[in-house]
Amino acid sequence: MENINTSDSRRGQIRLSVARVLVYILLIFLSILCLFSFYMLIINATRTNAQLQGGFAALPQGHFLENLKNAWTDASINIPRGLLNSFFVSASTAILTTYFSALTAYGIHAYNFRLKKFLFAFIMAIMVIPTQVSAAGFVQICYKFHITNKYWPLILPGIAAPVVFFYMKQYMESVLPMEIVEAARVDGSGEFRTFNTIILPMLKPALAVQLIFSFVQSWNNYFLPSLLLTKAEMKTVPIMIAQLRSADYSKFDMGKVYMFILLAILPVLIVYIFLSKSIIKGVTAGSVKG
Amino acid sequence: MKKQKGVSYAKWGYIFVAPFIVAYLIFTFYPQMLTIYNSFFENYRDGLNQVGPNFVGFDNYVKLFTPDKNGVIDILKYTGNTLILWLLGAVPQILVALLLAIFFTSYRLNIKGQQFFKTVIYMPNLIMASAFSMLFFTLFSNVGPVNQLIQAWGWSDVPIDFFARKFTVRGLISLMNFLMWFGNTTILLMAGIMGIDQDLFEAANLDGASATQTFFKITLPLLKPILVYTIITAMIGGLQMFDVPQVLTNGAGTPNRTSMTLIMYLNNYLGKSKNYGMAGAVSVIIFIITGILSLVVYRSLNRKD
Repeated sequence: MENINTSDSRRGQIRLSVARVLVYILLIFLSILCLFSFYMLIINATRTNAQLQGGFAALPQGHFLENLKNAWTDASINIPRGLLNSFFVSASTAILTTYFSALTAYGIHAYNFRLKKFLFAFIMAIMVIPTQVSAAGFVQICYKFHITNKYWPLILPGIAAPVVFFYMKQYMESVLPMEIVEAARVDGSGEFRTFNTIILPMLKPALAVQLIFSFVQSWNNYFLPSLLLTKAEMKTVPIMIAQLRSADYSKFDMGKVYMFILLAILPVLIVYIFLSKSIIKGVTAGSVKG
Repeated sequence: MKKQKGVSYAKWGYIFVAPFIVAYLIFTFYPQMLTIYNSFFENYRDGLNQVGPNFVGFDNYVKLFTPDKNGVIDILKYTGNTLILWLLGAVPQILVALLLAIFFTSYRLNIKGQQFFKTVIYMPNLIMASAFSMLFFTLFSNVGPVNQLIQAWGWSDVPIDFFARKFTVRGLISLMNFLMWFGNTTILLMAGIMGIDQDLFEAANLDGASATQTFFKITLPLLKPILVYTIITAMIGGLQMFDVPQVLTNGAGTPNRTSMTLIMYLNNYLGKSKNYGMAGAVSVIIFIITGILSLVVYRSLNRKD
């Protein structure tokens, strides 16, 4: 009996080790698949056009600063301006989205009023309507009232962000005791001040995660901005990248093209490298309830 | 104090919710209604001339479903393209994510370096889709590194023109979508699995259930709500596919419009011609397709077996 048992468990051990090795191979393969294109991007951003045409290279070739200078001072694609524009739009959108989502969630979380249930159900319902369905009407309004090439039509809609609202609401349910609000009231704090000075600081982790997510979403946003921002000096980074694709490709300095792409994704990449742990945690916190 | 509470604070609920509702009505609801309204009008720019708006009833919809001289109905073709592109990316995305989620949460396997792997596989999700697509275009172009490698290794004497063939273009778009989303799905499904009562796994283990049995009898049924949620959100996202194929094919959906998606079609009507009538009709159709497919997926996955 004992013999059979030990040989059985030994066989189980071997099988487990084999399974583990296979899993690691799969994980490494997927990691390489994810990293390959970005690795090539970084390598190729260090090579001159001639080197790039000449053949493949797996290691950097030392022309990074040269490419950076060429891309930064390019006459047709003003990437520093694009980065600045994108930063302004994304930061403003992120701040508005996060603040007003928290405010809305608090309004529904903390107060009892007649339409409370209805409004909550309503916001949940509009979450599933694809955003692109409003695009045609939105573009028409902007052209009709001559508010194309302005940023506020891209920023202000961020006030109504159902997904971020839902995340905030979930977060409040887990961390926000109403006794604190009651105590603030006894101390004579107004409702608005209570929210800004007591509630918001308690939501810090959730606010940080949503600031990052809404910033990234806005930073990467291409569809609507490309329809509304037509003046060169107003364009954001994704529009400039798409412009690279439509330009006469054969005439381009490829080292510069790789550098443009690198500059477009670098800000998000840097933030991610430093905050990946909390960002990954944030992916699940709002969408899945136990 | 207590008595006053309900009376004096209720208005604050309305005040705090008001900005959201106002912004929604102005920036989303009104444009949506305008989109639908527009779909019944002829309203576009022809060169410098503005045509319409003239009420035309359902003419735009009729036009949308009228075959061209080759007998092709564009919107059906693009719906097909969109679904194929979505499925090619989403099926492996969900299967691989499910596998990885099980591996990561398995105590028996006890995978090390999870944080590293999660960080790597989630990263493409945050990358600008248009830049990612442009990067793939340069990497897979005739003089790009992939073709250089293929030639250096002697797999082919002439460069492979990835952008001239239906299968390679669709394959690249799906690969990008897969890479951008499987990490995200893995993390969602992991949270779902970890939310399952651990006692159930222990009990199954004690009863001598195999890993496969545990998966099909415990993990999968209990994971179903999250799986359904994941599939439906992936589908809604997939139907809105735009950035990747638009940049990769420079808006043309090459070759022969086989990678043209619904939103690229919408984008064409909203470009120079500012054809709000046809754009409205396309939007309404996209909305209807999204609704029907969501319902079908929801129903079929929630069927009582």
